[in-house]
Amino acid sequence: MKACGKVHKYGDNVDTDVIIPARYLNTADMQELAKHCMEDIDIDFAKNVKKGDIMVAKANFGCGSSREHAPASIKASGIDCVIAKSFARIFYRNAINIGLPIIECEEASEKIENGDEVEIDFDTGVITNKTKGETYQGQSFPDFLINIINSNGLLNSLKNG
Amino acid sequence: MTMTQKILAAHAGLSEVKAGQLIMADLDLVLGNDVTTPVAINEFNKAGFNDVFSKDKITMVMDHFTPNKDIKAAQQCKQCREFACQYGITHYYDVGDVGIEHALLPEKGLVVPGDAVIGADSHTCTYGALGAFSTGVGSTDMCAGMAAGKTWFKVPSAIKFNIVGKLPEYSAAKDVILHIIGMIGVDGALYRSMEFSGEGLKNLTMEDRLCMANMAIEAGAKNGIFAVDEVTKEYLKGRTDREYKVFEADKDAEYDEEYTIDLSTIKPTVAFPHLPENARTFDDIPEIKIDQVVIGSCTNGRIEDLRAAAKILDGKKVADHVRCIVIPATQHIYLTAMKEGLLEIFMNAGCAVSTPTCGPCLGGHMGILAAGEKAVATTNRNFVGRMGHVESEVYLASPYVAAASAVAGRIAQPSEVM
Repeated sequence: MKACGKVHKYGDNVDTDVIIPARYLNTADMQELAKHCMEDIDIDFAKNVKKGDIMVAKANFGCGSSREHAPASIKASGIDCVIAKSFARIFYRNAINIGLPIIECEEASEKIENGDEVEIDFDTGVITNKTKGETYQGQSFPDFLINIINSNGLLNSLKNG
Repeated sequence: MTMTQKILAAHAGLSEVKAGQLIMADLDLVLGNDVTTPVAINEFNKAGFNDVFSKDKITMVMDHFTPNKDIKAAQQCKQCREFACQYGITHYYDVGDVGIEHALLPEKGLVVPGDAVIGADSHTCTYGALGAFSTGVGSTDMCAGMAAGKTWFKVPSAIKFNIVGKLPEYSAAKDVILHIIGMIGVDGALYRSMEFSGEGLKNLTMEDRLCMANMAIEAGAKNGIFAVDEVTKEYLKGRTDREYKVFEADKDAEYDEEYTIDLSTIKPTVAFPHLPENARTFDDIPEIKIDQVVIGSCTNGRIEDLRAAAKILDGKKVADHVRCIVIPATQHIYLTAMKEGLLEIFMNAGCAVSTPTCGPCLGGHMGILAAGEKAVATTNRNFVGRMGHVESEVYLASPYVAAASAVAGRIAQPSEVM
């Protein structure tokens, strides 16, 4: 499985309140929530994001609340993968459970810049920065988690046995 | 094994687990609220499940946007209410008997030592105060938990906090946990347990422990957990008739790091915007004028918190330009505060007293900030836009500091107004 797209880059400790502010959580309609994704730190994100784009951030991405609306609104906005130096653990779980591919890679998190064109190979964990002509080795998932991601989420993987 | 590892091993049917191991564990309780449960219900229906694993081991607490703040919030609660009714969920709590989930569940005796609990709310780590393994998850996990009564965990390693000494007057458990987060950072315990033990535990009440375990997530921890002692056992008396098992960390348990926290050195502490790790004591706080004070939340809305705030506010007035909002965390706490005369103290001081709700803590309702406004809050997060406008600011503090700041009209410590 691969993802390839243009990068939206953010910094350290991007929290779930800025990914999707609680003031919008009176709905569970993820397409509706996607319209407000990231707006408190990047007002134009929803306007600029295109299907297949990649999000890259630094340490502790997704810290804060357990709201699944955070990874779900990122996924619904069209983002195909999030790369970060590290993820907050509930966000990490939620992303896997809903089938949003995420990958930890310190080098990619440091070197990739906003607007770069990046390709990720989930089987090998290799991240290719087409703009800069560089490759970075991300951490690949254990089989248990690959099964969940490939099934497009936890519930599908439970159903498929 | 650490305390957490022993509880997880017991729930996975294994004699031993190691940090990093992936396990499937049985659950004693699955929790959701009015924001996260609707997503879980949608997934439950989409997946075609037709029953829950246990009517008594699922709890739904309508606390975030209640009493319903708008039509959409009302729809979400209705969806939860109908689901709870359809499946006969025993522990469904709605307006009138509701409280903020993490104050309510311990009060009702729904969690006991040794339990494994997941909740679709990040502050589910609160119940570690009772010696349970308890952690926040998302709605899909909640859905799988409701259907199967089990979920997957990666066994965490741990950081040990050896608690010694006793807190000085006007220093609080909130100051301790802000101090710790300031020391290790908002990702200092990422993916790991924070285990609290030591001779100083006896000087921390159950409410102190609930406050500290509550904010383990603000250091990135999977869970915070306290050793079980007489304080724990005393708290449980009369709340539950469930038998429980006390797990203790092995003498040779491995810890990634160990810290000693001397409670006698803890000073009133404030976490500056926009991260809980920006902890400062008053030798490093300039004059900052404030617009609002919030005393409440799953961190500091319990009766001892209200007593602390009342001790400061008794016979005083909230500064003219400050709105002070007091939110007892449960109906029982509200009633107790009323009987003890605390509500009268608050209202005479010029505070608004609200029915239990998470309300302003997450910028839901009941005290939203305008652009440029500053609030001192006993809540747990001070992220960008957390309590309202993206250009507003939240300063996290104890009930003592919050009440003192309400009187002073600026960020102030108790000694400045007493």
